[in-house]
Amino acid sequence: MGTIAAPTIGYALLLPFIVIFAAACVGILVEAIVPRDLRRAAQLLLAFVAVGVALVVTISNWSAGGDVVVGVASVAVDGPTSFIWTILLVFGAVSFGMFAERKVTAGVSAFAPMAAAVPGTVAEREAIEDRREHTEVLPLALFALSGMMLFPAANDLITMFVALEILSLPLYLLCGLARRRRLLSQEAAMKYFLLGALSSAFFLYGAALLYGYSGSFLLSGIDDAIRNGVAGTGPQGTGLLLAGMGLMAVGLLFKFGAVPFHSWTPDVYTGAPTPVTAFMAACTKIAAIGALMRVFYVALGSDRWDWQPLMAVVAIATMVVGSVLAITQTDVKRMLAYSSIAHAGFILTAFVGASQAATGAREGQLTSVSSVMFYLVAYGAATIGAFAIVTMVRDSTGEATQLSSWVGLGKRSPAVALVFSVFLLSFAGIPLTSGFIGKWSVFASAWSGGLHWLVVVAVVVSVVAAFFYIRVIVMMFFTDQPVEATGAGTAGAEVVRPGWTTLLAVGVGVAATVVFGIYPGPLLGLAQQASEFIR
Amino acid sequence: MESVTPVLGTGLFSLAWLLIAVPAASAAVLLLIGRAGDRWGHFLGTLAPVVSFVLGVVYFADLLGRDEAERAVHVPLYDWISSGTWNIGVGLQLDQLSIVFVLLITGVGSLIHVYSIGYMAHDPRRRRFFGFLNLFVAAMLLLVLADNYLVLFVGWEGVGLASYLLIGFWQERPSAATAAKKAFVVNRVGDLGMSIAIMLMLAAFSSSSFTDVNAGVGQLSTPLATTLGLLLLLGACGKSAQVPLQSWLLDAMEGPTPVSALIHAATMVTAGVYLIVRSHAIFTAGPAASIAVVVVGTVTLLFGAYIGCSKDDIKKVLAGSTMSQIGYMMLAAGIGPVGYAFAIFHLVTHGFFKANMFLGAGSVMHAMDDDVDMRHYGALARALPITFVTFAAGYLAIIGFPFFAGFYSKDHIIEAAFHASWVAGTCALIGAGVTAFYMTRLMLMTFAPGKRWREGVHPHESPLVMTVPLIVLGAASVVGGLLLNGWITEWLNPAVQGEAETEGLIHFTLIGGVTMLVVLAGIAVSFLFFGPQKVIPDVQPATRSPFVRAGRRDLYGDAFNEAVFMRPGIRMTNDLVRFDGAVVDGIANGTGTVISGFSSRLRRVQNGFVRSYALTMTAGAAVVGAIILLGRLG
Repeated sequence: MGTIAAPTIGYALLLPFIVIFAAACVGILVEAIVPRDLRRAAQLLLAFVAVGVALVVTISNWSAGGDVVVGVASVAVDGPTSFIWTILLVFGAVSFGMFAERKVTAGVSAFAPMAAAVPGTVAEREAIEDRREHTEVLPLALFALSGMMLFPAANDLITMFVALEILSLPLYLLCGLARRRRLLSQEAAMKYFLLGALSSAFFLYGAALLYGYSGSFLLSGIDDAIRNGVAGTGPQGTGLLLAGMGLMAVGLLFKFGAVPFHSWTPDVYTGAPTPVTAFMAACTKIAAIGALMRVFYVALGSDRWDWQPLMAVVAIATMVVGSVLAITQTDVKRMLAYSSIAHAGFILTAFVGASQAATGAREGQLTSVSSVMFYLVAYGAATIGAFAIVTMVRDSTGEATQLSSWVGLGKRSPAVALVFSVFLLSFAGIPLTSGFIGKWSVFASAWSGGLHWLVVVAVVVSVVAAFFYIRVIVMMFFTDQPVEATGAGTAGAEVVRPGWTTLLAVGVGVAATVVFGIYPGPLLGLAQQASEFIR
Repeated sequence: MESVTPVLGTGLFSLAWLLIAVPAASAAVLLLIGRAGDRWGHFLGTLAPVVSFVLGVVYFADLLGRDEAERAVHVPLYDWISSGTWNIGVGLQLDQLSIVFVLLITGVGSLIHVYSIGYMAHDPRRRRFFGFLNLFVAAMLLLVLADNYLVLFVGWEGVGLASYLLIGFWQERPSAATAAKKAFVVNRVGDLGMSIAIMLMLAAFSSSSFTDVNAGVGQLSTPLATTLGLLLLLGACGKSAQVPLQSWLLDAMEGPTPVSALIHAATMVTAGVYLIVRSHAIFTAGPAASIAVVVVGTVTLLFGAYIGCSKDDIKKVLAGSTMSQIGYMMLAAGIGPVGYAFAIFHLVTHGFFKANMFLGAGSVMHAMDDDVDMRHYGALARALPITFVTFAAGYLAIIGFPFFAGFYSKDHIIEAAFHASWVAGTCALIGAGVTAFYMTRLMLMTFAPGKRWREGVHPHESPLVMTVPLIVLGAASVVGGLLLNGWITEWLNPAVQGEAETEGLIHFTLIGGVTMLVVLAGIAVSFLFFGPQKVIPDVQPATRSPFVRAGRRDLYGDAFNEAVFMRPGIRMTNDLVRFDGAVVDGIANGTGTVISGFSSRLRRVQNGFVRSYALTMTAGAAVVGAIILLGRLG
């Protein structure tokens, strides 16, 4: 009998994740202990302090350098992880600012006063009159954030699955908490939950099959098995590998919102409270593509000939469906949802390119991972900013999400319309915005990965996509009458002046969009340092 | 020939960015300031291109005084994208080619701005109009001053955006909105070529700067260089309205007339020619692409002339003639080193006389209550004397009347075309005759005796602020060719590695003589049909002739687009929407959701959508499996 060695955890490197997770736990205690009228302030303080501390630790660990696998080989803290953690924390904090908004909604938050009450009942009315609110949203969001941090950093499939659940479950709940349009919100939560559960099943089944193939949950172990072959790798073994790969792909692509696993996205984005939508649209995508890349580059990278055609097809379908369907949308949130699908497709082009050092990328070349990272910053900043604007444009029924009521906004509130236009131009990839550089870098890395035809398709689709973004700008500035009025809500919406936390979200979005469009060098450099996963 | 290595710009040249910054800043002020700027906005808007013009003249004088080898000045501004193998700086390049463009854009642009003060005097949104004009000028300047393709592309997109805003300026007219959209979409098709070309350059040279690309393209394999050239040609076709991407130009006439003048004379459509000439090394390395340029130019010059013959709308006739003249420039650019300087020469003189004629047409419209139908004109020579005289100068210039501007520039192209290939030469010659025909027709229908005015129209000459630019441009149309002829080819040759020869002011060749005869024949035929004694019907006569019909319908350019791109596109969208249930599904449709009870909603949830979503997912998983297996087999 040998001695049992104590496992090394590497707490210092894991600290950012631990801080966020602990803050979420403390947040629950706050809910139980702190008096009601102090809870909101306490929760906000806790959340922002936790994110701040985590951010500082992440950056100091990152600058200390070194790619290490910690937590008994279950978490990889390497360049991509640090980059993703940093942007997750920044975008998370910015979204929490939107969670805290109370000014636009006449002194209450965007969340339901009593989520458990059946809509339209006496209990709900009482809760509204009491001006109650769920301050639990912040701990929930912190739990989700911690899951998002763990998800792309996980070094084995079990940890990854646990992270997937940590990030998903609070989000299901948050989706159902909208103050206005409760039924839509609850329906969205329900759908997201059921479909999310289905996708988790796919993921888990895939993980099991890959274990069956390789005898290991470790990503490096799976890689090892593919490279060196394992006992019994006959047709049967290959079958396990391929089936596992396909099922994993389904699970991960669902979270990423790629076609054909996207159908939940428009409904959930529309139904969820807008701050939550912003949080999901930016942060979930970041976490999901991080995990997707880690699994497929680290564990399945040696077998990329099998998954590249698949992902290429998915990328094209995602771009096309997202861009084309966005054109026909009449609702801002729904349009942004389809736009996020389209962007998922553009990101996937770089992912399919798999232009990494391991696949023969030249030294110093922009790799797939670093171009995706840059794209995520550009996309995340514009997304959060755009949704923040959506919370500000309101009419008597709450947020005026009908596009027809945005007609002529440029006349009534030129500044807000201008800022929204900046985000739309960035989405469209027009030069001098970060979206342009982002598109260039993902297309270029796909190109150097040898997928020239895919880049051509992507450029064509981005032309189509530019069209519907520009259309919204035209509607805001250059259309006088509601030309495409569709049913309710055609009365012009007004911009309500929000509190500073929402303005901060808009400000961060604009600053990032413009600065990284005109002067992207430093960020690209940073993304480039974080270009390789540790194996 | 060796390629020229630009020298570093110091001193005065380090401020070259002001050329672009001044109109850009003015545009920003005008668009953001709101109503407060309504009273002085147009003056600021006009001042901006004038300042740029003065700066341009200063730089031009400086370059003139330099040794030939030092005339290409490179002004780096800052590192834009620098990551590993890529290093793309934002920088400007002032050389013989770009300074000519700067002077043309700001010079003619300034005159158009001055004219617009009068033309747009009664428009409530004049300030915004000037903001857009400034934006247009700034974007175009960035396009021609960029030192690499990616920065050029920024200007390229900016020009597209500004043209979209200006063509659709009178957005209350649905036709204007549609035209703007069309220009945007067609231009994006061209942009496609540009972006892929730049991607190729970055992959091949790890740089997109003109210097690196010119230096490296020699080592490229011929097919690759040809591909690159063809992609750039696609971009050029979009911006310069060359076949097959010509359809937007005629519709773009929906914009205010000064916009047409700016688009046709000083900005936008010249960008394609600039791109081809600037990329001369690529076309030298890929000769097949050069041939494609010649073909496109030749086809377009006939195409545009054909359309010019069959329109009654004065602006559309001019638009057709622009297509045709740009076709000449493309043809010259495609011929290669002997043609580059001629292409630019014609571009400059065309800038003079076309701006002149567009503004003249605007003056006529101003007099005729915005009527554009030439069948309602007639006998305007007496009513609008200044407009008539200046227009006539432009007319004589475009048909290539001896010693007028077009005479020098166009004859050179026709001659060069004959030396390159007799087919292209013959087409260019025919084009010259047809040009003479339709331009004479325009003059006769507009100015020759025989009033066909609508009731209540009292033509009057335009105010001074509009006629002065006309006079200046008219004078340039007369003497522009004379002044530039002896000088411009030698000036441009080193920058474009051209071998164009400088001809004397008076030189008669066989081809020149034949051209003159063909032009005279065109005029004669026009007089035969539309002479002063002829009765011109008030409405366009119905015709059975397929050729006339084709011309009236823009040679079926729209029908083609519709059949090939639009209808399949719409069908695809509809199918996708139906397949995805994107609009009708789920909750976006739920207008009455809050009213209807929760239970019914829940039932709906359980009965339909989640299940169908889950089904989609499962089907998707099956597809995933199928693709993986197919990949294995294949």
